[in-house]
Amino acid sequence: MPEIVLDGVEKRYGRTQVLPPLDLTLEDGEFTVLVGPSGCGKSTTLRLLAGLETLSGGEITFDGRPISKLEPKARDVAMVFQDYALYPHMNVAKNMSFALRLSRVPKDEIDRRVAAAAEMLGIDHLLDRKPAALSGGQRQRVAMGRALVRDAGVFLFDEPLSNLDAKLRARMRTELAEMRNSIDKNMIYVTHDQVEAMTLGDRIVVMNAGRIQQQGTPEDLFERPVNKFVAGFIGAPTMNFLPARAEGDRLVGEGFDLPHPPGLPVPQGAVEIGIRPSAITVDHGAPLELRVVVAEYLGAQSVLVTRCGPHEVLAEVESATRAKPGETVRFAVDPAEIMIFDPETGTRLVPDGEG
Amino acid sequence: MLANVNRATPYLFLAPAVLVMAVALLYPIGYMIWASFLDWNPSQRIGEAEFVGLRNYIYLLGDAAFRESFWVTIRFAAIVVTVEMVLGVGLALLLDRKLRGMTVLRTIFILPMMIAPIVVGLMWRYMYHPTVGTLNRMLESVGLPSAPWLSDGTWAFASIVIADIWQWTPFIFILALAALQSLPQSAMEAARIDGASGWQLIWHVKLPLMLPVLIVTALLRLIDAFKVLEVILVLTNGGPGLSTEIVALRIARTAQEFQDLGTAAAMSNLLLILLLVLTILMFGYTRLTERRAARLAAAREAEIT
Repeated sequence: MPEIVLDGVEKRYGRTQVLPPLDLTLEDGEFTVLVGPSGCGKSTTLRLLAGLETLSGGEITFDGRPISKLEPKARDVAMVFQDYALYPHMNVAKNMSFALRLSRVPKDEIDRRVAAAAEMLGIDHLLDRKPAALSGGQRQRVAMGRALVRDAGVFLFDEPLSNLDAKLRARMRTELAEMRNSIDKNMIYVTHDQVEAMTLGDRIVVMNAGRIQQQGTPEDLFERPVNKFVAGFIGAPTMNFLPARAEGDRLVGEGFDLPHPPGLPVPQGAVEIGIRPSAITVDHGAPLELRVVVAEYLGAQSVLVTRCGPHEVLAEVESATRAKPGETVRFAVDPAEIMIFDPETGTRLVPDGEG
Repeated sequence: MLANVNRATPYLFLAPAVLVMAVALLYPIGYMIWASFLDWNPSQRIGEAEFVGLRNYIYLLGDAAFRESFWVTIRFAAIVVTVEMVLGVGLALLLDRKLRGMTVLRTIFILPMMIAPIVVGLMWRYMYHPTVGTLNRMLESVGLPSAPWLSDGTWAFASIVIADIWQWTPFIFILALAALQSLPQSAMEAARIDGASGWQLIWHVKLPLMLPVLIVTALLRLIDAFKVLEVILVLTNGGPGLSTEIVALRIARTAQEFQDLGTAAAMSNLLLILLLVLTILMFGYTRLTERRAARLAAAREAEIT
């Protein structure tokens, strides 16, 4: 269970830089999620850790030991692939035990470990099957089992759930979260799905265009995003961004006039404000008046897509409010939940003392 | 009425092809089978030839020269296919990587396959020439005695084996390379992470996954090797003695030199039967794997529902 340090790690293909120098420390025994949109460099980072790609610069150390020149097998890592990457000609038991057989672990030891992992994943009745005779979810479990029996120091997950349908994905996510607690290993999980990131990660590293935007606990990222990118990426439905002007203690823009959030320094001139859909509530006495364009009914909650001047604003409200498209509804916004961003740099304005 | 016409349409469209097949394939085969029961020389029309029943076949089974020729063919086919498989697959495993100039190299590798067999035969005959041939001159220049490439039975057999390997290894190479490149990349990566060395990767993952393609390739080559004619005709014309007289060559000579069309036809039929057995084996294998795949799919279906 090493502490993993990436020091100025870089990746170029010819002249194209896919990963600018990156510094990252992954603590021992942590479940770290690398999350970001496609092409942000998260998978490349994982493949560099696994040794499937060679570094163009920098160094990776496991507990201070440089490993960037080592072959994958010398790194003591196990990996779960997005497309499962099972060996089609081997049955489930053989798939799971391949690494152990290669390293000449005694047969009864192999059997014991395969049986234990298979039972944990609920695939003990499938051990004789070939991958072609398994469903997507079962293959996914076998891929997981293959990593588990290794008992490696580091577990790498490359979007392991993205090939599953929504329902199965949710179930596997829960199982993974459970499994995470019983395995005290360094786990690194790559996904583009912020829900997976929030539910699984002890720590989340948000990446964009090859650069780390922010790292921290799910609460950190949700409540205290450092910039507009993180604020917009984390949380669903996504945050509303509106251009505004700071006028005294008011934030004024097209179609709205909101109080300045308490505790924040008062900025000058143009700003961009961010309001989470969950911070907007229906309040018939409130001054903010918005026309509903679409009402997305989700059960207990509904997401109202509304117009505010030229901008679209999402509001997550109780379905009981029964707002209909075409209606004009009055909304209240909790001032404490308003975030202010620099319109140029996208950096969030933080209260004195935070950050 | 209309429905009937619709159902007949596909057959209507197929009819010309069936007709051509019947004339171009079945007619000559039937002709050959009929001819194998005749005592027939080329100066006679087929109707004038005497019907002799199975006499041609019985004669062949007792003919030591034919048996020798049959044996040479089997030896030749077995040796060339084995060596070509090992070399072709080996080359494919070596060259299956991204290197600069690899496309050019691959093109050069498959060139021999594109040369007309007669030309290949002539080319090798010059190289094997006892005094002015490239090979002997090379041996002499490093102080080794020259070899009787085409004048000694054992050497001559080795010479035609070498020429065939030179020409047909590329065939195995390109098919093996295609098979390699269609293998699931992530499974290879998973194997590397699981700790497989280069050899272990080849032995435990690549070869087993290529196996279906390799088996079909080997059978195709085997069928071809049984019918090889031109290169050997030009190189040795079957000699010295009967050392390189494969069945295809013997058939040609029986028909042309010995003017015995009936026996030649009977020999062709024996070769055909041998090839038919090989083909059936090949289809049998394909059917077997298909049925297994279908069974697996069915099992999966049952699991989901």
